[in-house]
Amino acid sequence: MGQRKTIEIDYGAVDTDRMRLNMGPQHPSTHGVLRLEVELEGEIVTEVVPHIGYLHRCFEKTCEFMTYPQVIPYVDRLDYISSMNNEWPFVMGVEKLLGIQIPEKIEYIRVILAELNRIANHQIAVATFGMDSGAFTPFLYLFRDREMILDLFEKCSGGRLLYNYFWVGGLQHDIPPTFKEDCLAIIKKVRETNAEVNNLLIKNKIFIERITNIGILPADVAINFGCSGPVLRGSGVPYDLRKDEPYSIYDRFDFNVIVGEGAMGTLGDCWDRNIVRVNEMEESCKIIEQAIAQMPDEAVDVRALVPKRVKTPKGEIYCKTENPKGELGFYIVSDGSTQPYRMRTRATSFINLSVLPEISKGYMISDLIMILGSIDIVLGEVDR
Amino acid sequence: MGNFVYDLLGNNLLAYIVVAIVPLLWVLPYALIAILGELKIASWVQDRLGPMRTGWKGVLQPLAEVIKLLQKEDITPANANKPLFNLAPFIMFTGAYATYAAIPFSSKFIAADLNIGLYYIFSISAFAIIGIVMGGWASNNKYSVLGALRAVSQMISYEIPIAVTLLAIAAYSGSLDMQEIIRQQGGGFWNWNLFGGNAPYWKIIFIPFFVGLFVIYFVGSLAETNRVPFDIPEGESEIIAGYHTEYSGMKFAMFFFAEYASMFTVSAIITILFLGGWQSPFGDFLNHPLLQVFWFIAKAMSFIFIQIWLRWTLPRLRVDQLMHISWKVMLPISLVCFFAVAILAMLK
Repeated sequence: MGQRKTIEIDYGAVDTDRMRLNMGPQHPSTHGVLRLEVELEGEIVTEVVPHIGYLHRCFEKTCEFMTYPQVIPYVDRLDYISSMNNEWPFVMGVEKLLGIQIPEKIEYIRVILAELNRIANHQIAVATFGMDSGAFTPFLYLFRDREMILDLFEKCSGGRLLYNYFWVGGLQHDIPPTFKEDCLAIIKKVRETNAEVNNLLIKNKIFIERITNIGILPADVAINFGCSGPVLRGSGVPYDLRKDEPYSIYDRFDFNVIVGEGAMGTLGDCWDRNIVRVNEMEESCKIIEQAIAQMPDEAVDVRALVPKRVKTPKGEIYCKTENPKGELGFYIVSDGSTQPYRMRTRATSFINLSVLPEISKGYMISDLIMILGSIDIVLGEVDR
Repeated sequence: MGNFVYDLLGNNLLAYIVVAIVPLLWVLPYALIAILGELKIASWVQDRLGPMRTGWKGVLQPLAEVIKLLQKEDITPANANKPLFNLAPFIMFTGAYATYAAIPFSSKFIAADLNIGLYYIFSISAFAIIGIVMGGWASNNKYSVLGALRAVSQMISYEIPIAVTLLAIAAYSGSLDMQEIIRQQGGGFWNWNLFGGNAPYWKIIFIPFFVGLFVIYFVGSLAETNRVPFDIPEGESEIIAGYHTEYSGMKFAMFFFAEYASMFTVSAIITILFLGGWQSPFGDFLNHPLLQVFWFIAKAMSFIFIQIWLRWTLPRLRVDQLMHISWKVMLPISLVCFFAVAILAMLK
């Protein structure tokens, strides 16, 4: 049960035909406008071809015609579920080009907001993954809690989904006075709900049966395809930029890199990818707690170092951070003007999605949906 | 015994028409209540309010939904097989409603007091699958075909453990007559089949087998009505809506209505087989024919509640897991229980 099936059909004996099914772009479980061209042998998937581009909006080319501050809101729209995290590598890259050293307090604020957004992203990932399996209730519990995080982001930036909050050299606004209390309340609630969702969904026998031993992604395949984030860590590879190449102030925090262990079935199956996300929420909570404790109390003018006109010196830079979905990098080529000469994105979801045809052949349609859900893609980032 | 309508009007055509309409008078308000229950229980489970705008606390919401469905455009997809496409929802509803003929609501009312009532209900409720296959195939949609195929394999797998369960109770009661099965369970809840029926006190050792049959029938009935965790034929996240993907407006409402009608049917059967049907839990106390209607509906509705509760709690199984449970778990257990119950039937 659940194992990969080899399909051998004697076509001479019976007149059979494989069915080609167009899944998407309006399918409820393709997580956006992804179109999967699926070839079916009964219920069993023999071939998957993802077709992308329904949300393509020339992100990289458009950036060449915009000044650096103008690019930031556009970067938000890549992985629109974790916008704070998206802004960070871009802003950090431009700061490195300009040679700006930002104050310590702003680094702490950025870490806290990025980790909160990581929690929000994983909540959505776990919630929609559960919903793909037919469990509707945990979805609403997790979305209810995500509201608290969005409310805090709204207090900070004014936006609930797209923030434009990290600016080159600082932040858009100062944090609200109740920032610390809000963060602690969120952490408390996140932990409560995680315990509840663990009982309701993660440790549910039916759910475990559904997601173990399907979509097995061996570590070498994951590395060869360039996967990162929970997809790679689910295969047991402890690769996390926050630990391996600590950027910003991540070397100051004590947290674990969660990896899949094949606890319920085979290493690198859907269960492992999902449990990595569930446990990473707790690690993010730990980081936020430490950051709040360490954060300097004195007020800082968050716009003090924000340049009036961002004009980078000639040069190029590749800056990457650990996004909730994996490694997000921006390669910026500057010709000395106020606009990037060329901008290239290493889009996590796009690279993670490329592994889908490799790991979903030989399973059933229901499994294909679960495997796609376990990869956790956002089409805004896949299509750019 | 018999039917109060015949006592009142005599044995003529008018009486037959009245008898045929009485269950409909129950099904229509029941469907509205069940839809409201589904909406409200779902929202309580999910920590939200649910519909609140239509009427007091949203009690008129089901009515609003029915009106909405009536107003919707009736779409027939291009290249669909029109006669079959249009016929399917009605066949499905006919199958679901025809079972009501043999459901005893009280000792004084059963539309058709057949001496093979159990057999009749079991065979006529399988009728719905024809509607599903017809609708799925005629829609000219790949998702619909997949849904219909899943529905057929699911129905075949689950009819067998259910049939064994029904056989066990029929063997124990020595009758396929619904009223007779219920009458034997009279005299307090201790005589219900769930607790070993009307055998003497040493029936205690056989109670686990009756409970086993009860659980198997309940799980099987979830599969038969396509409810979570067995809503595989209409698994929303996988195959859109399964066999009724292409249906809209009133035809969709017929499918919807048939699902709720058959939910009540299976709950009624489980009540009749295991919980003493219309019998009062306190023997002859509060066992007036009118109160019997209350007991019967209360027992059946509690199963509707459990079905709704499960729907908003559990994820969905996969096709092969469903087959595994049916053939390798439920069927052997039901056979063992059948033998045990048959032994008790001989001993008592």
